[in-house]
Amino acid sequence: MLNPISLAFKNTKKEKRPALLTYTVAGDSSKKQSLEILKAISNYADILEVGVPHNTPVADGGQIQTSAYRAIKNGIKMNDIFKIVSDFKKSKNSKPVIFMGYYNMIFQYGENNFLKNCKKSGVNGLIVVDLPWPENKIFSKKCKKNSISFIQLLSPTTSNKRLKSIIKDSHNMIYYISMLSTTGGKLKVSPKKILANYYKIKKISPKKNCVIGFGITEKTISKFKNTDGLVVGNQICKEITRSLNNRQNPVINVSKIVDKLRKKIS
Amino acid sequence: MKLKKRIPVIDQVDKFGFWGGKFGGNFVPETLKKPIEDLEIQFNKLKNDKNFIKERDRYFRNWIGSPTRFIKLNNLTKHVGGAQIWSKVVSDANGGAHKIYNATVHCLLAKRSGKKVIIGDTGAGYAGKMLSMAAKKFGLKCKIFMGAKDIKRQQPNVKAMKKNGADVIPVYTGSQTLVDAVSECMRYWVANCDTTAMCVGSTVGPAIFVRICGWSTSQISRELKVQLINEFGVIPKKLRLYNCVGGGSSSFGFWNEFMDYDKTQIEFIGVEAGGPTKSKRHAAPLSYGSKIGILHGAAQYVNQNSDGQIEETESISAGLDYPGISPLHCFLKDVKRARYTAASDEEALKAYQIVTKYENLRPSLEPCHAFSVAIKEAKNLSKNTIVIINSCGDAYKDREILEKKLGKKYVKSN
Repeated sequence: MLNPISLAFKNTKKEKRPALLTYTVAGDSSKKQSLEILKAISNYADILEVGVPHNTPVADGGQIQTSAYRAIKNGIKMNDIFKIVSDFKKSKNSKPVIFMGYYNMIFQYGENNFLKNCKKSGVNGLIVVDLPWPENKIFSKKCKKNSISFIQLLSPTTSNKRLKSIIKDSHNMIYYISMLSTTGGKLKVSPKKILANYYKIKKISPKKNCVIGFGITEKTISKFKNTDGLVVGNQICKEITRSLNNRQNPVINVSKIVDKLRKKIS
Repeated sequence: MKLKKRIPVIDQVDKFGFWGGKFGGNFVPETLKKPIEDLEIQFNKLKNDKNFIKERDRYFRNWIGSPTRFIKLNNLTKHVGGAQIWSKVVSDANGGAHKIYNATVHCLLAKRSGKKVIIGDTGAGYAGKMLSMAAKKFGLKCKIFMGAKDIKRQQPNVKAMKKNGADVIPVYTGSQTLVDAVSECMRYWVANCDTTAMCVGSTVGPAIFVRICGWSTSQISRELKVQLINEFGVIPKKLRLYNCVGGGSSSFGFWNEFMDYDKTQIEFIGVEAGGPTKSKRHAAPLSYGSKIGILHGAAQYVNQNSDGQIEETESISAGLDYPGISPLHCFLKDVKRARYTAASDEEALKAYQIVTKYENLRPSLEPCHAFSVAIKEAKNLSKNTIVIINSCGDAYKDREILEKKLGKKYVKSN
């Protein structure tokens, strides 16, 4: 049986479009609401990244920090996050779920225990922002054993030699960080340059799915139509904040945005 | 886990940057791997380069003003009535604290690698003030990240930074103290590492920053070793070195040259910030048994909840107000080379009153934590024991807090 993440890419390739990956923070703004958001956006998105909020994030920009702090302030705990995922997975239109977070949360939970609960709740992949290669070698093998994809990150600063080694150790999906930035920065590099790096990665390993993230919004997304997948996070988190400030329903507003994003790449 | 002899502690790391196999490391985003590796290559080469060391020593001597004084506190010794109490007055250094050593070395490295901008974090404002001084000296642009709460309580240092031409960037996230300043500084580096050098203000952060900082502040113990021999003819038989520990840069530097001595001859005592007596919050992860976690790129003992969220700290001294602690100190604790304890806000204030009453010395609130424990222990020690406290900061920056807590008579203007 094909891994649900691989299957999602296979389906979008059939439709000749990139997969749309969304990022929302678990528990933002509440446990219930973040579950509703996941259910609503899975009508349009192909893979859902679920942020595990941490209070000393070293790679997140203002918007995602705001979302994370809001979730933590509302009392979200690791076990609640697993519960959100398992509830989401029971819904009729569920999609593959990737956790994105910082290693301390996994470390405190215990690697094995964490993976056991990922499997139980239906998490399909993991992105650990501060566990780079080669430090992640042992953990990524553990993930594979548990049929969970460990998603390696690549960045514009990654050397060619490193690029090859990381891709070799990666599973079915790779995440290319488009530019030197925390999450939510404005796209400060030309799409042409980003795509050049993207093709460099694809050339090394044509079969592995490579997604591009950071700086992808409604305005920029259509410039990357010929890629395997695109991640939008900041714009969604920002919309949740905006909706809350204006006393509007974030579930409706966020799903509208994801719908639009999807149309731009279809 | 074992402390090796004749190898500098900063070099006792495995290939992943861990001390004792579990403290430190490089828990960083992929983007920072390259700049960190570049810095590692540069530092590993330069730390053995005679010309570089000469250059460093020249700045330490002519600009920082090495060596700082090593003085006997006669009145305090008489008052306490036990061991001989001495102080290494590191606050003599240009700028008024030990942070100048690390700042200078980082600027020298930045200059050599052709970077035009240097960024740094600060808690008490010393690391920021010194980095702004050094940046000015070496013609680098400087940005300092500082928690909004710390900006309020450490105004004299904020003014100094601005005067030196640095941008002081207030950090409003989380507890608005040092921990948030370090996070924000690292985030800025993630986005600008191609043009910008980063200086981490203490022996914390990814392994290379721990090593560079420890290497820089070790100047303190290098000087002290010479001063001890000048004073006593030999290294005394019973020596106790007391130092406050926040991130751990001054204490590590104060101890480093004496690492190979048996601890029955030279004992290291690190004093963490216990926070207000009435509060559950503290900044003493080693003393109060915090669990190992990852903070700012390194595994260390750190105040956190069961989920792994970093907990807020509380301390009267902004410089010690940090939930984690250098991997070097975690290592020294676990191999039992150093002993760690905590002093409360009230104890530090009391120590400030005692020291300033008997001596012409005005330690800032950070070293007052160390003075507090040293005074308490010295009472029960023999006359031939030499107790030395690193007075690593000057109380000028604390005058508003001191005035509020103790009244005007404890604050002198300068």
